[in-house]
Amino acid sequence: MNISNSIRVRKRSNQLVYWMVCLFSFIAMIPLFLILWDVASKGYKNFNLSLFTEVTPSSMDALLANMNGDPIPGGILNGITGSILIVLLAILFSVPLGLFIGIYLSENRERKFAKAVSFLTDLLQGMPSIVIGIIAYAWAVKPLGGYSALAGSVALTIMMLPMIVRSTEETLKMLPHSYKEAGLALGSSYTNVVFRILLPSGFGGIFTGILLAISRVMGETAPLMLTALGASVVNWDVLEPTSAIPLLIWDFYNDPNLVDLVWSSSLLLLIVIFILNWIAKIVARKWKI
Amino acid sequence: MFFAAFIIILLSAGIIFALVSRSTEAFQEYGIIGFIANPEWDPRPATEEYGALSFIIGTIYTAFLALLFCFPFSLAVALFNGEYFKGKKISSVVRSVVDLLAGIPSIVYGLWGFYAVRPLIIDLGLNAQGFGILLSSVVLAIMIIPYASSLSTEFISMVPNNLKEGAYSLGATQIEMIRFISLPTASSGIVASYILALGRALGETMAVTMLIGNTDRIPKGLLDTGNTMASVIANQFGEADGIKLSSLIAIGLLLFIITALINLVAKLIMKRVARA
Repeated sequence: MNISNSIRVRKRSNQLVYWMVCLFSFIAMIPLFLILWDVASKGYKNFNLSLFTEVTPSSMDALLANMNGDPIPGGILNGITGSILIVLLAILFSVPLGLFIGIYLSENRERKFAKAVSFLTDLLQGMPSIVIGIIAYAWAVKPLGGYSALAGSVALTIMMLPMIVRSTEETLKMLPHSYKEAGLALGSSYTNVVFRILLPSGFGGIFTGILLAISRVMGETAPLMLTALGASVVNWDVLEPTSAIPLLIWDFYNDPNLVDLVWSSSLLLLIVIFILNWIAKIVARKWKI
Repeated sequence: MFFAAFIIILLSAGIIFALVSRSTEAFQEYGIIGFIANPEWDPRPATEEYGALSFIIGTIYTAFLALLFCFPFSLAVALFNGEYFKGKKISSVVRSVVDLLAGIPSIVYGLWGFYAVRPLIIDLGLNAQGFGILLSSVVLAIMIIPYASSLSTEFISMVPNNLKEGAYSLGATQIEMIRFISLPTASSGIVASYILALGRALGETMAVTMLIGNTDRIPKGLLDTGNTMASVIANQFGEADGIKLSSLIAIGLLLFIITALINLVAKLIMKRVARA
Protein backbone atom coordinates (compact mmCIF):
# COMPACT_ATOMS: atom_id res chain seq x y z
CA MET A 1 0.00 0.00 0.00
CA ASN A 2 1.51 3.28 -1.01
CA ILE A 3 1.27 6.48 0.98
CA SER A 4 -1.14 8.44 -1.19
CA ASN A 5 -3.54 5.52 -1.09
CA SER A 6 -3.55 5.35 2.68
CA ILE A 7 -4.08 9.11 2.91
CA ARG A 8 -7.08 8.76 0.66
CA VAL A 9 -8.49 6.02 2.89
CA ARG A 10 -7.95 8.11 6.01
CA LYS A 11 -9.54 11.15 4.45
CA ARG A 12 -12.46 9.13 3.27
CA SER A 13 -13.08 7.57 6.68
CA ASN A 14 -12.85 11.05 8.16
CA GLN A 15 -15.55 12.26 5.78
CA LEU A 16 -17.64 9.18 6.37
CA VAL A 17 -17.69 9.63 10.15
CA TYR A 18 -18.46 13.33 9.76
CA TRP A 19 -21.55 12.55 7.70
CA MET A 20 -22.56 9.71 9.99
CA VAL A 21 -22.46 12.04 12.98
CA CYS A 22 -24.58 14.61 11.11
CA LEU A 23 -27.02 11.94 9.97
CA PHE A 24 -27.47 10.32 13.37
CA SER A 25 -27.84 13.69 15.08
CA PHE A 26 -30.48 14.56 12.54
CA ILE A 27 -32.31 11.27 13.13
CA ALA A 28 -32.20 11.92 16.87
CA MET A 29 -34.14 15.15 16.33
CA ILE A 30 -36.89 13.59 14.22
CA PRO A 31 -38.98 12.02 17.03
CA LEU A 32 -39.64 15.44 18.58
CA PHE A 33 -41.23 16.68 15.39
CA LEU A 34 -43.12 13.44 14.85
CA ILE A 35 -44.55 13.63 18.35
CA LEU A 36 -45.45 17.31 18.04
CA TRP A 37 -47.04 16.73 14.66
CA ASP A 38 -48.98 13.70 15.86
CA VAL A 39 -50.34 15.47 18.92
CA ALA A 40 -51.11 18.73 17.12
CA SER A 41 -52.75 17.21 14.06
CA LYS A 42 -54.97 14.88 16.09
CA GLY A 43 -55.59 17.26 18.96
CA TYR A 44 -56.71 20.45 17.27
CA LYS A 45 -60.17 19.02 16.43
CA ASN A 46 -61.29 18.90 20.04
CA PHE A 47 -59.19 21.88 21.05
CA ASN A 48 -62.03 24.33 21.63
CA LEU A 49 -63.58 26.44 24.31
CA SER A 50 -65.51 23.60 25.89
CA LEU A 51 -62.18 21.90 26.64
CA PHE A 52 -61.57 24.68 29.17
CA THR A 53 -65.10 25.26 30.45
CA GLU A 54 -66.65 21.82 30.88
CA VAL A 55 -65.80 18.79 32.95
CA THR A 56 -65.08 15.32 31.64
CA PRO A 57 -68.08 13.66 30.02
CA SER A 58 -69.23 10.29 31.26
CA SER A 59 -68.27 7.32 29.15
CA MET A 60 -71.96 6.86 28.24
CA ASP A 61 -72.42 10.41 26.89
CA ALA A 62 -69.29 10.04 24.82
CA LEU A 63 -70.48 6.71 23.44
CA LEU A 64 -73.78 8.27 22.34
CA ALA A 65 -72.02 11.22 20.73
CA ASN A 66 -69.69 8.84 18.94
CA MET A 67 -72.62 6.82 17.63
CA ASN A 68 -74.32 9.94 16.29
CA GLY A 69 -71.07 11.13 14.77
CA ASP A 70 -71.01 14.23 16.98
CA PRO A 71 -67.85 15.53 18.65
CA ILE A 72 -67.51 14.34 22.24
CA PRO A 73 -69.19 16.78 24.62
CA GLY A 74 -67.35 18.16 27.58
CA GLY A 75 -63.78 19.11 28.33
CA ILE A 76 -61.12 18.77 30.93
CA LEU A 77 -61.92 21.65 33.28
CA ASN A 78 -61.67 19.31 36.26
CA GLY A 79 -58.16 18.34 35.17
CA ILE A 80 -57.04 21.92 34.57
CA THR A 81 -58.23 23.14 37.96
CA GLY A 82 -56.83 20.02 39.61
CA SER A 83 -53.42 20.49 38.02
CA ILE A 84 -53.41 24.14 39.10
CA LEU A 85 -54.38 23.24 42.67
CA ILE A 86 -51.88 20.41 43.07
CA VAL A 87 -48.98 22.21 41.41
CA LEU A 88 -49.64 25.47 43.31
CA LEU A 89 -49.59 23.60 46.61
CA ALA A 90 -46.36 21.87 45.58
CA ILE A 91 -44.82 25.25 44.68
CA LEU A 92 -45.92 26.64 48.02
CA PHE A 93 -44.17 23.81 49.88
CA SER A 94 -41.07 23.34 47.76
CA VAL A 95 -39.96 26.85 46.73
CA PRO A 96 -39.33 28.44 50.17
CA LEU A 97 -37.79 25.24 51.50
CA GLY A 98 -35.70 24.71 48.37
CA LEU A 99 -34.40 28.29 48.48
CA PHE A 100 -33.35 27.98 52.11
CA ILE A 101 -31.60 24.67 51.57
CA GLY A 102 -29.90 25.97 48.41
CA ILE A 103 -28.63 29.04 50.27
CA TYR A 104 -27.41 26.87 53.13
CA LEU A 105 -25.52 24.55 50.79
CA SER A 106 -23.83 27.35 48.87
CA GLU A 107 -22.89 29.23 52.07
CA ASN A 108 -21.49 26.22 53.93
CA ARG A 109 -19.75 24.35 51.15
CA GLU A 110 -16.98 22.85 53.26
CA ARG A 111 -19.05 21.55 56.15
CA LYS A 112 -19.48 17.80 56.48
CA PHE A 113 -23.17 18.27 57.19
CA ALA A 114 -23.66 20.30 53.99
CA LYS A 115 -21.89 17.59 52.02
CA ALA A 116 -24.19 14.95 53.45
CA VAL A 117 -27.23 17.06 52.58
CA SER A 118 -25.89 17.63 49.10
CA PHE A 119 -25.39 13.90 48.64
CA LEU A 120 -28.93 13.17 49.76
CA THR A 121 -30.26 15.82 47.40
CA ASP A 122 -28.63 13.98 44.51
CA LEU A 123 -30.16 10.77 45.75
CA LEU A 124 -33.63 12.32 45.88
CA GLN A 125 -33.20 13.76 42.42
CA GLY A 126 -32.51 10.36 40.91
CA MET A 127 -35.47 8.69 42.58
CA PRO A 128 -38.00 7.19 40.12
CA SER A 129 -41.32 9.02 40.13
CA ILE A 130 -43.29 5.87 40.92
CA VAL A 131 -41.29 5.37 44.12
CA ILE A 132 -42.09 8.96 45.07
CA GLY A 133 -45.72 8.06 44.52
CA ILE A 134 -45.45 5.15 46.96
CA ILE A 135 -43.85 7.40 49.56
CA ALA A 136 -46.52 10.07 49.25
CA TYR A 137 -49.07 7.28 49.52
CA ALA A 138 -47.50 6.04 52.73
CA TRP A 139 -47.12 9.54 54.18
CA ALA A 140 -50.25 11.32 53.08
CA VAL A 141 -52.87 8.91 51.73
CA LYS A 142 -52.85 6.40 54.57
CA PRO A 143 -52.72 8.87 57.50
CA LEU A 144 -55.30 11.23 55.97
CA GLY A 145 -57.60 8.34 55.28
CA GLY A 146 -57.92 8.66 51.54
CA TYR A 147 -56.66 9.97 48.22
CA SER A 148 -56.36 13.75 48.08
CA ALA A 149 -54.92 16.73 46.23
CA LEU A 150 -52.72 17.32 49.26
CA ALA A 151 -51.16 13.87 48.89
CA GLY A 152 -50.55 14.59 45.21
CA SER A 153 -48.80 17.83 46.05
CA VAL A 154 -46.66 16.04 48.64
CA ALA A 155 -45.46 13.75 45.84
CA LEU A 156 -44.74 16.66 43.51
CA THR A 157 -42.98 18.53 46.33
CA ILE A 158 -40.58 15.62 46.81
CA MET A 159 -39.85 15.78 43.07
CA MET A 160 -39.42 19.56 42.87
CA LEU A 161 -37.41 20.09 46.03
CA PRO A 162 -34.07 18.64 44.87
CA MET A 163 -34.31 20.43 41.51
CA ILE A 164 -34.87 23.81 43.19
CA VAL A 165 -32.14 23.17 45.78
CA ARG A 166 -29.64 22.32 43.04
CA SER A 167 -30.44 25.27 40.78
CA THR A 168 -30.37 27.73 43.72
CA GLU A 169 -27.09 26.33 44.97
CA GLU A 170 -25.45 26.36 41.53
CA THR A 171 -26.59 29.91 40.82
CA LEU A 172 -25.42 31.30 44.15
CA LYS A 173 -22.07 29.56 43.78
CA MET A 174 -21.48 31.46 40.55
CA LEU A 175 -21.95 34.88 42.18
CA PRO A 176 -18.66 36.72 42.72
CA HIS A 177 -17.41 36.83 46.30
CA SER A 178 -17.08 40.60 46.07
CA TYR A 179 -20.88 41.01 46.21
CA LYS A 180 -21.06 39.52 49.64
CA GLU A 181 -17.91 41.24 50.85
CA ALA A 182 -19.13 44.65 49.65
CA GLY A 183 -22.44 44.18 51.45
CA LEU A 184 -20.77 43.11 54.68
CA ALA A 185 -18.21 45.91 54.44
CA LEU A 186 -21.03 48.44 54.28
CA GLY A 187 -22.20 47.17 57.65
CA SER A 188 -25.14 45.19 56.43
CA SER A 189 -26.16 42.19 58.51
CA TYR A 190 -25.57 38.70 57.16
CA THR A 191 -29.29 38.00 56.73
CA ASN A 192 -29.63 41.26 54.87
CA VAL A 193 -26.76 40.38 52.55
CA VAL A 194 -28.30 37.01 51.76
CA PHE A 195 -31.81 38.29 51.13
CA ARG A 196 -31.15 41.74 49.69
CA ILE A 197 -27.99 41.08 47.67
CA LEU A 198 -27.36 37.41 46.94
CA LEU A 199 -30.92 36.30 46.18
CA PRO A 200 -31.79 39.27 43.90
CA SER A 201 -28.48 38.94 42.03
CA GLY A 202 -29.11 35.28 41.44
CA PHE A 203 -32.77 35.82 40.58
CA GLY A 204 -32.44 34.74 36.93
CA GLY A 205 -30.89 31.37 37.61
CA ILE A 206 -33.08 30.63 40.60
CA PHE A 207 -36.29 31.57 38.82
CA THR A 208 -35.30 29.52 35.76
CA GLY A 209 -34.73 26.53 38.02
CA ILE A 210 -38.16 26.93 39.59
CA LEU A 211 -39.87 27.23 36.20
CA LEU A 212 -38.12 24.13 34.88
CA ALA A 213 -39.07 22.21 38.01
CA ILE A 214 -42.71 23.23 37.53
CA SER A 215 -42.68 22.18 33.89
CA ARG A 216 -41.16 18.87 34.89
CA VAL A 217 -43.84 17.98 37.45
CA MET A 218 -46.70 19.37 35.35
CA GLY A 219 -46.71 16.22 33.20
CA GLU A 220 -46.10 13.71 35.99
CA THR A 221 -48.69 10.96 36.00
CA ALA A 222 -47.42 7.98 37.96
CA PRO A 223 -47.09 9.63 41.39
CA LEU A 224 -50.51 11.25 41.05
CA MET A 225 -52.13 7.91 40.25
CA LEU A 226 -51.14 6.68 43.69
CA THR A 227 -52.03 9.89 45.51
CA ALA A 228 -54.56 12.27 43.91
CA LEU A 229 -56.40 9.44 42.14
CA GLY A 230 -58.67 11.64 39.98
CA ALA A 231 -62.21 12.98 40.07
CA SER A 232 -64.84 13.75 37.49
CA VAL A 233 -65.88 17.08 39.04
CA VAL A 234 -64.07 20.32 39.70
CA ASN A 235 -62.66 20.11 43.19
CA TRP A 236 -60.88 22.79 45.22
CA ASP A 237 -60.86 20.88 48.51
CA VAL A 238 -57.30 19.80 49.21
CA LEU A 239 -58.48 16.77 51.17
CA GLU A 240 -60.61 15.32 48.39
CA PRO A 241 -59.50 13.21 45.42
CA THR A 242 -58.63 15.53 42.55
CA SER A 243 -57.93 15.09 38.89
CA ALA A 244 -55.07 16.54 36.85
CA ILE A 245 -54.44 16.84 33.14
CA PRO A 246 -52.02 13.90 32.94
CA LEU A 247 -54.37 11.76 35.02
CA LEU A 248 -57.19 12.52 32.58
CA ILE A 249 -54.96 11.59 29.64
CA TRP A 250 -54.44 8.24 31.34
CA ASP A 251 -58.21 7.82 31.86
CA PHE A 252 -58.98 8.74 28.26
CA TYR A 253 -56.32 6.36 27.03
CA ASN A 254 -57.99 3.52 28.92
CA ASP A 255 -61.54 4.36 27.81
CA PRO A 256 -62.19 3.69 24.11
CA ASN A 257 -65.20 6.06 24.10
CA LEU A 258 -63.19 9.02 25.29
CA VAL A 259 -60.12 8.45 23.20
CA ASP A 260 -60.75 11.54 21.05
CA LEU A 261 -60.09 13.75 24.05
CA VAL A 262 -56.69 12.20 24.62
CA TRP A 263 -55.00 14.26 21.93
CA SER A 264 -56.49 17.63 22.77
CA SER A 265 -55.53 17.22 26.43
CA SER A 266 -52.02 16.13 25.45
CA LEU A 267 -51.80 19.15 23.16
CA LEU A 268 -52.78 21.45 26.00
CA LEU A 269 -50.28 19.80 28.33
CA LEU A 270 -47.46 20.12 25.78
CA ILE A 271 -48.30 23.77 25.12
CA VAL A 272 -48.20 24.58 28.84
CA ILE A 273 -44.90 22.74 29.30
CA PHE A 274 -43.24 24.35 26.29
CA ILE A 275 -44.40 27.83 27.30
CA LEU A 276 -42.87 27.28 30.75
CA ASN A 277 -39.64 26.09 29.14
CA TRP A 278 -39.63 29.05 26.82
CA ILE A 279 -40.17 31.59 29.61
CA ALA A 280 -37.39 29.85 31.55
CA LYS A 281 -35.05 30.30 28.61
CA ILE A 282 -35.90 33.99 28.26
CA VAL A 283 -35.45 34.59 31.97
CA ALA A 284 -32.13 32.78 31.92
CA ARG A 285 -30.91 34.90 29.02
CA LYS A 286 -32.18 38.20 30.39
CA TRP A 287 -30.89 37.91 33.93
CA LYS A 288 -27.61 36.29 33.11
CA ILE A 289 -25.01 36.80 35.81
CA MET B 1 -31.37 27.60 57.14
CA PHE B 2 -29.65 24.84 59.04
CA PHE B 3 -33.07 23.59 59.98
CA ALA B 4 -34.20 23.71 56.34
CA ALA B 5 -31.19 21.66 55.33
CA PHE B 6 -31.98 19.27 58.14
CA ILE B 7 -35.34 18.63 56.48
CA ILE B 8 -33.55 16.88 53.61
CA ILE B 9 -32.09 14.46 56.14
CA LEU B 10 -35.51 13.93 57.70
CA LEU B 11 -37.03 13.48 54.27
CA SER B 12 -34.53 10.82 53.26
CA ALA B 13 -34.87 9.02 56.57
CA GLY B 14 -38.64 9.17 56.23
CA ILE B 15 -38.49 7.79 52.72
CA ILE B 16 -36.37 4.84 53.72
CA PHE B 17 -38.49 4.24 56.81
CA ALA B 18 -41.74 4.36 54.81
CA LEU B 19 -40.45 1.94 52.18
CA VAL B 20 -38.84 -0.47 54.61
CA SER B 21 -41.65 -0.53 57.18
CA ARG B 22 -44.33 -1.13 54.60
CA SER B 23 -42.45 -3.83 52.75
CA THR B 24 -41.46 -5.91 55.80
CA GLU B 25 -44.65 -7.93 55.56
CA ALA B 26 -43.65 -9.26 52.14
CA PHE B 27 -40.03 -9.81 53.13
CA GLN B 28 -41.06 -11.65 56.31
CA GLU B 29 -43.44 -13.86 54.38
CA TYR B 30 -41.09 -14.82 51.57
CA GLY B 31 -37.63 -13.87 52.84
CA ILE B 32 -35.51 -11.24 51.11
CA ILE B 33 -33.74 -13.67 48.79
CA GLY B 34 -36.89 -15.71 48.32
CA PHE B 35 -38.78 -12.62 47.24
CA ILE B 36 -36.11 -11.43 44.83
CA ALA B 37 -35.41 -14.83 43.27
CA ASN B 38 -39.00 -15.95 42.83
CA PRO B 39 -40.37 -15.46 39.29
CA GLU B 40 -43.92 -16.32 40.36
CA TRP B 41 -46.49 -13.50 40.64
CA ASP B 42 -49.85 -15.02 41.31
CA PRO B 43 -52.62 -12.86 42.78
CA ARG B 44 -55.31 -15.57 42.79
CA PRO B 45 -56.49 -15.90 46.40
CA ALA B 46 -56.08 -19.68 46.62
CA THR B 47 -52.50 -19.84 45.36
CA GLU B 48 -51.44 -16.30 46.25
CA GLU B 49 -47.68 -15.91 45.88
CA TYR B 50 -45.49 -12.96 45.03
CA GLY B 51 -41.93 -12.70 43.75
CA ALA B 52 -40.04 -9.92 42.02
CA LEU B 53 -37.72 -11.77 39.67
CA SER B 54 -39.74 -11.47 36.45
CA PHE B 55 -40.04 -7.72 36.94
CA ILE B 56 -36.39 -7.29 37.80
CA ILE B 57 -35.46 -9.14 34.61
CA GLY B 58 -38.02 -7.15 32.60
CA THR B 59 -36.60 -3.90 33.96
CA ILE B 60 -33.00 -4.80 33.23
CA TYR B 61 -33.94 -6.09 29.79
CA THR B 62 -35.79 -2.94 28.67
CA ALA B 63 -33.36 -0.50 30.24
CA PHE B 64 -30.23 -2.03 28.72
CA LEU B 65 -31.85 -2.43 25.31
CA ALA B 66 -32.91 1.22 25.46
CA LEU B 67 -29.35 2.18 26.32
CA LEU B 68 -28.09 0.14 23.38
CA PHE B 69 -30.54 1.77 20.98
CA CYS B 70 -29.86 5.28 22.19
CA PHE B 71 -26.08 4.91 22.16
CA PRO B 72 -25.30 5.71 18.47
CA PHE B 73 -27.68 8.65 18.43
CA SER B 74 -26.67 10.27 21.67
CA LEU B 75 -22.99 9.79 20.91
CA ALA B 76 -23.54 11.41 17.51
CA VAL B 77 -25.36 14.32 19.12
CA ALA B 78 -22.60 14.67 21.70
CA LEU B 79 -19.91 14.75 18.99
CA PHE B 80 -22.01 17.13 16.90
CA ASN B 81 -22.38 19.61 19.76
CA GLY B 82 -19.12 19.03 21.58
CA GLU B 83 -16.69 18.66 18.70
CA TYR B 84 -17.77 19.16 15.10
CA PHE B 85 -20.03 22.19 15.54
CA LYS B 86 -18.89 23.34 18.97
CA GLY B 87 -20.05 26.90 19.63
CA LYS B 88 -21.74 27.22 16.25
CA LYS B 89 -25.32 28.33 15.88
CA ILE B 90 -26.50 24.99 14.45
CA SER B 91 -25.24 23.27 17.58
CA SER B 92 -27.47 25.38 19.83
CA VAL B 93 -30.42 24.50 17.59
CA VAL B 94 -29.72 20.77 17.89
CA ARG B 95 -29.19 21.18 21.61
CA SER B 96 -32.54 22.94 22.13
CA VAL B 97 -34.40 20.36 20.05
CA VAL B 98 -32.89 17.47 22.00
CA ASP B 99 -33.55 19.28 25.28
CA LEU B 100 -37.20 19.65 24.34
CA LEU B 101 -37.35 15.85 24.06
CA ALA B 102 -36.60 15.78 27.78
CA GLY B 103 -39.54 18.09 28.44
CA ILE B 104 -42.18 15.85 26.90
CA PRO B 105 -44.07 14.02 29.64
CA SER B 106 -43.76 10.28 29.91
CA ILE B 107 -47.47 9.74 29.28
CA VAL B 108 -47.31 11.57 25.93
CA TYR B 109 -44.42 9.32 24.91
CA GLY B 110 -46.62 6.40 25.84
CA LEU B 111 -49.47 7.67 23.67
CA TRP B 112 -47.16 8.30 20.77
CA GLY B 113 -45.57 4.89 21.15
CA PHE B 114 -48.99 3.28 21.25
CA TYR B 115 -50.50 5.09 18.26
CA ALA B 116 -47.44 5.73 16.08
CA VAL B 117 -44.68 3.20 16.84
CA ARG B 118 -46.81 0.16 17.68
CA PRO B 119 -48.47 -0.01 14.21
CA LEU B 120 -44.98 0.13 12.74
CA ILE B 121 -43.94 -2.96 14.66
CA ILE B 122 -47.15 -4.72 13.64
CA ASP B 123 -46.63 -3.76 9.98
CA LEU B 124 -43.13 -5.13 10.05
CA GLY B 125 -44.72 -8.42 11.05
CA LEU B 126 -42.58 -8.66 14.17
CA ASN B 127 -45.41 -9.09 16.59
CA ALA B 128 -49.17 -9.38 16.23
CA GLN B 129 -50.06 -6.99 19.04
CA GLY B 130 -47.04 -4.77 18.87
CA PHE B 131 -46.72 -4.59 22.66
CA GLY B 132 -43.61 -5.83 24.32
CA ILE B 133 -40.00 -5.35 25.30
CA LEU B 134 -38.96 -4.09 21.87
CA LEU B 135 -41.63 -1.40 21.63
CA SER B 136 -41.01 -0.08 25.12
CA SER B 137 -37.25 -0.02 24.76
CA VAL B 138 -37.41 1.84 21.44
CA VAL B 139 -39.55 4.55 23.01
CA LEU B 140 -37.41 4.51 26.17
CA ALA B 141 -34.32 5.01 24.00
CA ILE B 142 -35.81 8.19 22.53
CA MET B 143 -36.69 9.38 26.02
CA ILE B 144 -33.15 9.01 27.39
CA ILE B 145 -31.28 10.48 24.40
CA PRO B 146 -31.31 13.99 25.94
CA TYR B 147 -29.99 12.70 29.29
CA ALA B 148 -27.20 10.69 27.74
CA SER B 149 -26.17 13.32 25.20
CA SER B 150 -26.23 16.53 27.21
CA LEU B 151 -23.71 15.35 29.80
CA SER B 152 -21.42 13.62 27.34
CA THR B 153 -21.42 16.82 25.25
CA GLU B 154 -20.02 18.63 28.29
CA PHE B 155 -17.26 16.11 28.73
CA ILE B 156 -16.32 15.98 25.06
CA SER B 157 -16.16 19.76 24.78
CA MET B 158 -14.00 19.90 27.93
CA VAL B 159 -11.13 18.01 26.26
CA PRO B 160 -8.19 20.46 26.38
CA ASN B 161 -7.30 22.16 23.11
CA ASN B 162 -3.57 21.56 23.42
CA LEU B 163 -4.12 17.79 23.35
CA LYS B 164 -6.17 18.10 20.20
CA GLU B 165 -3.65 20.44 18.59
CA GLY B 166 -0.92 17.97 19.43
CA ALA B 167 -2.74 15.27 17.52
CA TYR B 168 -3.42 17.51 14.54
CA SER B 169 0.19 18.64 14.41
CA LEU B 170 1.21 15.00 14.13
CA GLY B 171 -0.96 14.78 11.02
CA ALA B 172 -4.05 13.14 12.48
CA THR B 173 -7.36 13.60 10.71
CA GLN B 174 -10.29 14.80 12.77
CA ILE B 175 -11.71 11.32 13.24
CA GLU B 176 -8.30 9.99 14.30
CA MET B 177 -8.02 12.83 16.78
CA ILE B 178 -11.50 11.98 18.15
CA ARG B 179 -10.73 8.29 18.25
CA PHE B 180 -7.36 8.56 19.98
CA ILE B 181 -7.61 11.82 21.95
CA SER B 182 -11.14 13.11 22.56
CA LEU B 183 -12.96 9.87 23.33
CA PRO B 184 -10.28 8.35 25.59
CA THR B 185 -9.89 11.63 27.48
CA ALA B 186 -13.62 12.07 27.95
CA SER B 187 -14.33 8.36 28.34
CA SER B 188 -15.07 8.19 32.06
CA GLY B 189 -17.33 11.22 31.82
CA ILE B 190 -19.18 9.67 28.91
CA VAL B 191 -19.56 6.40 30.80
CA ALA B 192 -20.95 8.33 33.77
CA SER B 193 -23.53 10.08 31.61
CA TYR B 194 -24.69 6.77 30.16
CA ILE B 195 -24.98 5.33 33.64
CA LEU B 196 -27.19 8.26 34.63
CA ALA B 197 -29.29 7.69 31.52
CA LEU B 198 -29.60 4.04 32.52
CA GLY B 199 -30.88 5.15 35.90
CA ARG B 200 -33.56 7.18 34.13
CA ALA B 201 -34.55 4.25 31.96
CA LEU B 202 -34.84 1.90 34.94
CA GLY B 203 -37.30 4.12 36.76
CA GLU B 204 -39.38 5.26 33.81
CA THR B 205 -43.00 4.38 34.47
CA MET B 206 -45.89 5.59 32.37
CA ALA B 207 -44.55 5.08 28.86
CA VAL B 208 -43.40 1.57 29.71
CA THR B 209 -46.68 0.73 31.42
CA MET B 210 -48.55 1.67 28.26
CA LEU B 211 -46.29 -0.24 25.90
CA ILE B 212 -44.85 -3.34 27.51
CA GLY B 213 -48.00 -5.44 27.52
CA ASN B 214 -48.17 -6.04 31.27
CA THR B 215 -47.78 -9.76 31.73
CA ASP B 216 -46.49 -11.01 35.04
CA ARG B 217 -43.79 -13.39 33.91
CA ILE B 218 -40.22 -13.41 32.69
CA PRO B 219 -40.12 -12.13 29.11
CA LYS B 220 -38.86 -14.88 26.79
CA GLY B 221 -37.39 -12.62 24.17
CA LEU B 222 -37.25 -9.29 22.45
CA LEU B 223 -40.78 -9.53 21.14
CA ASP B 224 -42.40 -10.98 24.21
CA THR B 225 -44.52 -8.96 26.59
CA GLY B 226 -43.50 -8.42 30.18
CA ASN B 227 -43.57 -5.96 33.02
CA THR B 228 -40.96 -3.78 34.66
CA MET B 229 -40.72 -3.01 38.35
CA ALA B 230 -42.12 0.46 37.79
CA SER B 231 -44.91 -0.63 35.47
CA VAL B 232 -46.18 -3.40 37.73
CA ILE B 233 -46.49 -0.91 40.58
CA ALA B 234 -48.31 1.60 38.38
CA ASN B 235 -50.63 -1.10 37.09
CA GLN B 236 -51.58 -2.98 40.21
CA PHE B 237 -51.12 -0.54 43.08
CA GLY B 238 -54.66 0.83 42.89
CA GLU B 239 -56.45 -2.43 43.59
CA ALA B 240 -53.87 -3.96 45.90
CA ASP B 241 -54.05 -4.51 49.61
CA GLY B 242 -52.54 -6.75 52.26
CA ILE B 243 -49.58 -8.86 51.23
CA LYS B 244 -49.89 -7.80 47.58
CA LEU B 245 -49.62 -4.12 48.50
CA SER B 246 -46.64 -4.91 50.68
CA SER B 247 -45.03 -6.87 47.83
CA LEU B 248 -45.51 -3.96 45.44
CA ILE B 249 -43.93 -1.58 47.94
CA ALA B 250 -41.09 -4.08 48.36
CA ILE B 251 -40.54 -3.89 44.60
CA GLY B 252 -40.53 -0.10 44.97
CA LEU B 253 -37.86 -0.42 47.65
CA LEU B 254 -35.72 -2.64 45.39
CA LEU B 255 -36.13 -0.18 42.53
CA PHE B 256 -35.13 2.65 44.84
CA ILE B 257 -32.00 0.80 45.94
CA ILE B 258 -31.01 -0.06 42.36
CA THR B 259 -31.41 3.49 41.04
CA ALA B 260 -29.68 4.95 44.09
CA LEU B 261 -26.69 2.65 43.56
CA ILE B 262 -26.52 3.49 39.87
CA ASN B 263 -26.64 7.22 40.54
CA LEU B 264 -24.01 6.80 43.22
CA VAL B 265 -21.64 5.06 40.80
CA ALA B 266 -22.15 7.77 38.17
CA LYS B 267 -21.54 10.52 40.74
CA LEU B 268 -18.36 8.84 41.98
CA ILE B 269 -17.00 8.56 38.44
CA MET B 270 -17.82 12.19 37.74
CA LYS B 271 -16.20 13.32 40.96
CA ARG B 272 -13.02 11.51 39.98
CA VAL B 273 -13.11 13.13 36.54
CA ALA B 274 -13.60 16.57 38.08
CA ARG B 275 -10.60 16.09 40.35
CA ALA B 276 -8.31 14.93 37.57
